[in-house]
Amino acid sequence: MNEALEKNMKYRSSDEAMIEIIDVHKWFGDFHVLRGINLTVHKQERIVICGPSGSGKSTLIRCINRLEEHHRGRIIVDGTELTNNIKNIEKIRAEVGMVFQHFNLFPHLTILDNLTLGPIWVRKIPKAKAEEAAMYYLEKVHIAEQAHKYPGQLSGGQQQRVAIARSLCMNPKVMLFDEPTSALDPEMIKEVLDVMIELAQEGMTMIVVTHEMGFARSVAHRVLFMDFGQIVEGNTPQEFFDNPKHERTKLFLSQILH
Amino acid sequence: MEQATFETNIEDVKPPATSVGVIGWVKQNLFNGWLNSILTIFTFVVLWKIVPPFFRWAFIDSVWNTTGQACRHAAGACWSIVSANYRFIIFGFYPYDQQWRPFLAMMILFGLLFYSRNRKHWKKSLGYAWILGLFTMGLLMKGGLFGLVPVETTKWGGLPLTLLLSVFGLTAAYPLGVVLALGRRSKLPAIKVLCILYIELIRGVPLISLLFMSSIIFPLFLPEGITINKILRAQVAIILFTAAYIAEVVRGGLQAMSRGQYEAAESLGLNYYLTMRLVILPQALKIVIPPTVSILISAFKDTSLVVIIALWDLLKTTQSVLSNPEWMGFSREAYIFIAIFYFLGCFSMSNYSRKLEKELSAGEESR
Repeated sequence: MNEALEKNMKYRSSDEAMIEIIDVHKWFGDFHVLRGINLTVHKQERIVICGPSGSGKSTLIRCINRLEEHHRGRIIVDGTELTNNIKNIEKIRAEVGMVFQHFNLFPHLTILDNLTLGPIWVRKIPKAKAEEAAMYYLEKVHIAEQAHKYPGQLSGGQQQRVAIARSLCMNPKVMLFDEPTSALDPEMIKEVLDVMIELAQEGMTMIVVTHEMGFARSVAHRVLFMDFGQIVEGNTPQEFFDNPKHERTKLFLSQILH
Repeated sequence: MEQATFETNIEDVKPPATSVGVIGWVKQNLFNGWLNSILTIFTFVVLWKIVPPFFRWAFIDSVWNTTGQACRHAAGACWSIVSANYRFIIFGFYPYDQQWRPFLAMMILFGLLFYSRNRKHWKKSLGYAWILGLFTMGLLMKGGLFGLVPVETTKWGGLPLTLLLSVFGLTAAYPLGVVLALGRRSKLPAIKVLCILYIELIRGVPLISLLFMSSIIFPLFLPEGITINKILRAQVAIILFTAAYIAEVVRGGLQAMSRGQYEAAESLGLNYYLTMRLVILPQALKIVIPPTVSILISAFKDTSLVVIIALWDLLKTTQSVLSNPEWMGFSREAYIFIAIFYFLGCFSMSNYSRKLEKELSAGEESR
């Protein structure tokens, strides 16, 4: 890690809350997937969530932009509470970027059209301006030369970088990453993580569900460990990795770090 | 030669099992070839039995421009039935001296259809051209303005009627079918149940009975003195019928879309309408082009069923020519002529759909 980044990473996030999650519960049928989650994410804070599969970490971040509905508790994103009000939901979704495990690019549109869809139709930005911005972000994820190709013609790593650029085009206040590198071939993971690190350097508020512990250690302000629908433990990366408090955390880390 | 020997030697060195396999493979292929040759010979014999006699009947021994009486002495086909009656077959009871009007209307329609083939032409101006074209076609058919003699819709018939029923039937049924498919997948129970009821009821009934209902039962429910045009009623029946089938095909396409596509669109802040219009439908409708075109083709052919409610479409005008004593018995020729019309219509539809499918998937590869 270079020095500038290190300096940046030490920079404490602001005290202003960006996302407040208060006693959130969720069930899938009878399965109690989230059991009383409390979490406040500050502006410019970077949080990594890890935990075994089925622990509810993906469900938690999907609740933040209402891809899943929570059944009890409150979620407040940048001062707006998520309720059944569809206008509020659409407003929050426009402010919250989401990157999926399987990229979910639109295969019938070119890369450029993938990027400009949201700005043109949701933000009502003129096409020329949206394309200019899209090219800027493609440049940023080092993939500008692919702008006129279709997603199917790109490698997984490239597709995921396009997906990140697509979210950035909406000028989001928060970026959510749902296991962004899990579906990638090993040699492509780094190119995606590098883009995410660059994003972190610029002060983006990020919540990342991942098992990339190197990334967590170098980028996160806080690392949370989830198990059985609860946040078991949350701490600075240093403390979390070197001095885990909880038995389950220790077990998980021993399994994942070999 | 030496080369061949060398290769044979190498073959010999290979393990016995493989050699046996190769021999077996050759044998099997030889046997297969045998069967294939028998089939080929058989096919040629059948073709030899059928094609030259047909050719002789249709082109060499045929008569083209005679009276019905002269036809009876000809050994081959009597194409005179078409050349002598084509005006009636094509235009039905439309006043003879006014038949240039439906002709012109059809030419406008063909022109517009042909121009619309190219996706690059799909602009707003084309939409206006269609509106203008439809208006002109309607005016030409019905008259009553600009010195055109009014022509009752009961006199409309033949090819213009067939085209009217099918072109409008198909273009109106398609969007209706898409809406029904979306409705059937709606989260709102009332809309969902209504759409399911509609689709299942219509699909559970033959088109003929719908046509009967539209022409006989439906008017009974109308208040005294109000009548709705018969052609319009048949048109509506065809639209309702076709839409139900299209809805089910489109629903299949919608179900093929992954949850991720919806989620990606939603997480950009797109609302339901935009998600469907920009992300889901373009993909889903493309997937279902082949079955959709099958439905459109069969709907096009089904328009001929309107004969049972006494509309004089292309098939009915042809039949009535055949009931003329002078031309009785030449049904083969007349029906071949009609079949060519239907074939051209269906073939261009399936051809166009293939072209469209190819264009839409250009550059796009499966994920």
